Amino acid sequence: MRPTNLTRRLLYWLSVAAGLVLAVVPLPEWLGPLRPDLALLAVIYWILTSPRIAGLGYAWVAGLFLDVLRGMTLGQHALAFVLVAFLTHRAQLRMRMFPILHQAGAVMLLLAVYQFVIFWTDGLTGHGYTGWNRWLPVLSGALLWPLIVAAGDTLTRRVR
Amino acid sequence: MVELSHDSRPIIGRGPPLGATFVALALASVALMVADKRYDQLEQVREWLSAAAYPVQVAVDLPFRAWDWLTSSFADRSRLREENLELTARLRLANLQLQRFAALEDENRRLRDMRANSAGVADRVLVASIMNVDLDPFRHRVLVDKGARDGVFKGQAVLDAEGIFGQVAQVHAETAEVILITDAEHAIPVQSNRSGLRTIAVGTGDAGRLSLPFVTGESDLKTGDLLISTGIGGVFPRGYPVAEVTRVDRTAAATFAVVDARPTSQLDRNREVLLVWFTAASAPAEAAADTPAPDGTAPEQPQ
Repeated sequence: MRPTNLTRRLLYWLSVAAGLVLAVVPLPEWLGPLRPDLALLAVIYWILTSPRIAGLGYAWVAGLFLDVLRGMTLGQHALAFVLVAFLTHRAQLRMRMFPILHQAGAVMLLLAVYQFVIFWTDGLTGHGYTGWNRWLPVLSGALLWPLIVAAGDTLTRRVR
Repeated sequence: MVELSHDSRPIIGRGPPLGATFVALALASVALMVADKRYDQLEQVREWLSAAAYPVQVAVDLPFRAWDWLTSSFADRSRLREENLELTARLRLANLQLQRFAALEDENRRLRDMRANSAGVADRVLVASIMNVDLDPFRHRVLVDKGARDGVFKGQAVLDAEGIFGQVAQVHAETAEVILITDAEHAIPVQSNRSGLRTIAVGTGDAGRLSLPFVTGESDLKTGDLLISTGIGGVFPRGYPVAEVTRVDRTAAATFAVVDARPTSQLDRNREVLLVWFTAASAPAEAAADTPAPDGTAPEQPQ
């Protein structure tokens, strides 16, 4: 029991770290606005599969680190991550039962909440970008969700 | 329907309720944001955290740098030769122009000395290269590989070969964040090279466009005018090209003309930039002497 938990924890941190790295990898100009929030998707996935290990603190630290990496106001992504993690925890029992496309829809809602918090705090801290394409990551993230689930399931099966 | 508990963590040793944890962490985030934005209290904390982020940024940057190095070290001889010839030709031309400039600069300095105002020319520069790290697609910021350890400071002017690039917004130990002049939060005091008109150029968030919102309908500005930095505010050295006016729309009904300009510096294509140290011109006296209020008053601010 113990060692499995430990490897799982390690896996969580590693996957979020990978998501964070991918959050700052340079993309071609036209692809930039489409970049999905992989770190957040990883957090959602781990909360859904093993809510007993992946808690809110985990989401908060991941968000804070994203703030530092992107040089945003500290706490901005942390707040959004915690809110999404909380909602996921609340809906976790239901969301696990959803068929995959339905689940992707739910994830899209979560991503929209996330983007909204970022948008809102951006506005509060004085630099709102109001173009429509800032909402594209919501769409790309939802489209990516089945892939994330497939990859995550393969990984956990191997670790177990 | 059976209402299940929403808290899905283990029953034993689960710690505080989920809602409480959420509220605590959310409050912590808000407190962080306020402390960071309103009171600038977190410079030290940010420095520690960014020390932790540095390896990640280097890891992201490394493959690109390695690729650059590979392609440049295996570049074929004929291409290098061609490049060399071109550079030599360009250098010859530049040297020729420099000779003329040297004389002009001497003359200029003499004239300025007479006006007891000889500052504002770049004293020392440091070449920094831009790291391949995407900060945010909607803000024009880049990370350069020089930081506090190299003496970089917040608000330092950043130039490239063609003109003014931006200014340093945040300094970490090994890196620094540069805000480009096209970022929507950035403004820079400029002057038309032709007519001497002073105004402010504001970033639009669009990579190829600056906007000049404070140009009145009857002021002397036309398409093709070169805008240079004025040195007012003490952030940028004076006399460096900033942008070229691309559009002037005057309507009789509006007080202000709609003016757009294109930055002269290669904001989206550059790999190397120059960090500049200079002794600031005695700006206030100058600002007071020249033009009325809307022009000289708003100093450029990184945020």
